Amino acid sequence: MSKITRRKFLAGSMAGGAAIAMAPTKKAFGANLEGFPDGMGVLVDMTRCVGCRSCEAACNKEQNLPEPNKSFDDFSVFDEIKHGEKRRPTEKAYTVVNRYEPEGSEPVYRKIQCNHCNEPACLTSCFVNAYTKTPEGAVIYNDKVCVGCRNCMIACPFSIPAYSYSSAINPIIKKCIFCYDTRLKNGQTPACVEACPQQVMVFGKRKELIKIAHDRIRRSPGKYVDQVYGEKEVGGTGWLYLSGVPFQQAGFNVSLPSEPIINNVKDFLAIVPMVLAIWPALFTGFHLLATKGKSHGHGDDHSHDGQEEH
Amino acid sequence: MKKLAANGIKPHDAEMRADGQKFSLMEKLLLGLTLDQYVQQVIRNKFNWILALIFAVGIPLIIYRFIFGLGVVTHSSYDYPWGLFLGFGLFCMVPLSASGFMLGTTVEIFGRHDFEPIERLALLNGLLGYFFAVVYLLVDLGQPWRLAYPMVYSFGPAAVLFLVGWHVATYLSVQVAEVSTAFFEWIGFRRGYEFIRKGTIGLTVSGIILSTLHQGALGALFVYAPGKVHPLWYSAPFQWIHFFVSSIPAGLCMVICVSTVVIYTMKWRCDQRFIDSLDRITISLAKGASMGLFTYLVIKFLAVAHDNEWAYLATGWGAWWLFEIFFGVILALLVLGVGIHHKSVALCRLGALITVLGILLNRLNTALIAFNWNLYPEIPHIFEVIISITIFAIYIATYRFILNRLPILYQFKNRAEA
Repeated sequence: MSKITRRKFLAGSMAGGAAIAMAPTKKAFGANLEGFPDGMGVLVDMTRCVGCRSCEAACNKEQNLPEPNKSFDDFSVFDEIKHGEKRRPTEKAYTVVNRYEPEGSEPVYRKIQCNHCNEPACLTSCFVNAYTKTPEGAVIYNDKVCVGCRNCMIACPFSIPAYSYSSAINPIIKKCIFCYDTRLKNGQTPACVEACPQQVMVFGKRKELIKIAHDRIRRSPGKYVDQVYGEKEVGGTGWLYLSGVPFQQAGFNVSLPSEPIINNVKDFLAIVPMVLAIWPALFTGFHLLATKGKSHGHGDDHSHDGQEEH
Repeated sequence: MKKLAANGIKPHDAEMRADGQKFSLMEKLLLGLTLDQYVQQVIRNKFNWILALIFAVGIPLIIYRFIFGLGVVTHSSYDYPWGLFLGFGLFCMVPLSASGFMLGTTVEIFGRHDFEPIERLALLNGLLGYFFAVVYLLVDLGQPWRLAYPMVYSFGPAAVLFLVGWHVATYLSVQVAEVSTAFFEWIGFRRGYEFIRKGTIGLTVSGIILSTLHQGALGALFVYAPGKVHPLWYSAPFQWIHFFVSSIPAGLCMVICVSTVVIYTMKWRCDQRFIDSLDRITISLAKGASMGLFTYLVIKFLAVAHDNEWAYLATGWGAWWLFEIFFGVILALLVLGVGIHHKSVALCRLGALITVLGILLNRLNTALIAFNWNLYPEIPHIFEVIISITIFAIYIATYRFILNRLPILYQFKNRAEA
């Protein structure tokens, strides 16, 4: 059965609850999206990063973010621990670099920002469609429609989106948008990539970057862990990482599924049209079986006759 | 009110006064008392003083939140975007309000009119629970004035929350219609009453559909967060059915709890039919609840087996999970079982209370306690706690205001019987 006919069939058969009924069926067709063919990404080679925080400074400038409490040449931020965790992106910093000290190895630095998933959990969890995955590969956000439910923050497997809680009239989600408005849209390199003095990051088509990453691993097998983080995680991400130490020692979440987050929700979404279609007849049938031919035995003056055609 | 009753004053309960005149709206609002009598009984009631105290602290805080933003009343956590307002207000209030569709189904679909004395209480419990879940939501949303956006302006139909939003909105209207029969009787609008009554089966069936889906959808919301919710509380295929099945005993037991409070504190408002049938109905509801609970117990363990999570049971989180199950489900089942066997209404009521607490624990565990189990635990901001309590107090006050007036606990005497 082709997609179109099935969709039309559903639309026709459920005219009544169409708005709700269509929702999950539409979803099912986005199933195995591999991302846009020409989507861009960034390959981060952590073995080259020295933790200079130039990328943080560039991001701050590019996105017109407020001045931070500690300047970008203050490296004491690497020792900051809040609630037992190192720094994470906030409403005032869309990218942060953290230092990790794996045993028996030099410190490693990891840059954190939105990974721009192929099938973003934030996008699929948003009930006003505030997120868009652009063909260029960016996951952007429309603050004009956001209601502020913060479901995207629940859903994001990388805990990236931050929220401007302090605003009373216009609180919005704040996260890296791949410099979409100012650069990516025009084919330009993101500010953080451009600012890096160590060539830690390569900006390019995601497909090419995966090849480059595996090439590097092949050429210097001793230098890298044989894994490209982001190639498979939650359906693949636009940002990819190479590391010289096992990824969990550099603070990565290595327990993520390789399937997109939305795949977990599909079991439920599939139930929805079934319940909508089956329950009316089922329960009206129960009603008839239970009450037809019996006296109602109560003083109420309503009649059940002729009400079965719901 | 007890004192007034002792002095031979009867509360308003019919369309006509003894002298054949219709009651005026003012008289209805004052329960048929004079203004003086009414004010005096309000002041005499100690519970009103507690409510007044909560409102005095909490309502300014709610205003404070809307002037200065969520940041001043919560910890503004990026890791715990959903705090008590949703963890308690939405995820707990909604299952406890499943009573409306449960009793609607029993009476209207299965024709069990012996449950009729409590049907309206169950419907009202459903309506108010949902309504106040939305109130909690409005306090929690960053931009609550955009609440209608997913309905009219910008659609994200692939999202579970889209379904929750639509269903809660539709179901609220269904419940307003179901409860409106009581309101129409009270204001004396018979045509409206009859019109709604004709659509009862339709309304009830839509209630079942919408409840099945959104009770489940609340669970499915957490399926977006594998790795954040502890595996014992997470089950991709079964989460929705856990939430749906547990909402059944939750709703039934909430009705038992509310009716217990009512019979002890508002007996003057209950008519003889309600008082006489309550013991029998309580035991019947307890039977229904224990079947629901037992099913829930089985499927909770099925989920552990399905994902092969037995090893987690030996950890600290496992002990906490087992506590939730032993206290909230197994202990509740035992108490309810003994209560049903010995026809002990008191034990059934105790079992119902334990069930309600168990469901609260489960929802709070999923949404807050076992959420981000790899990270630090979030202790809600004190203002967040106070606001949550305040909204709950408004809920109780509204509940009581309606029970005092509308024919929920008593049957309205219409013209023919007066």
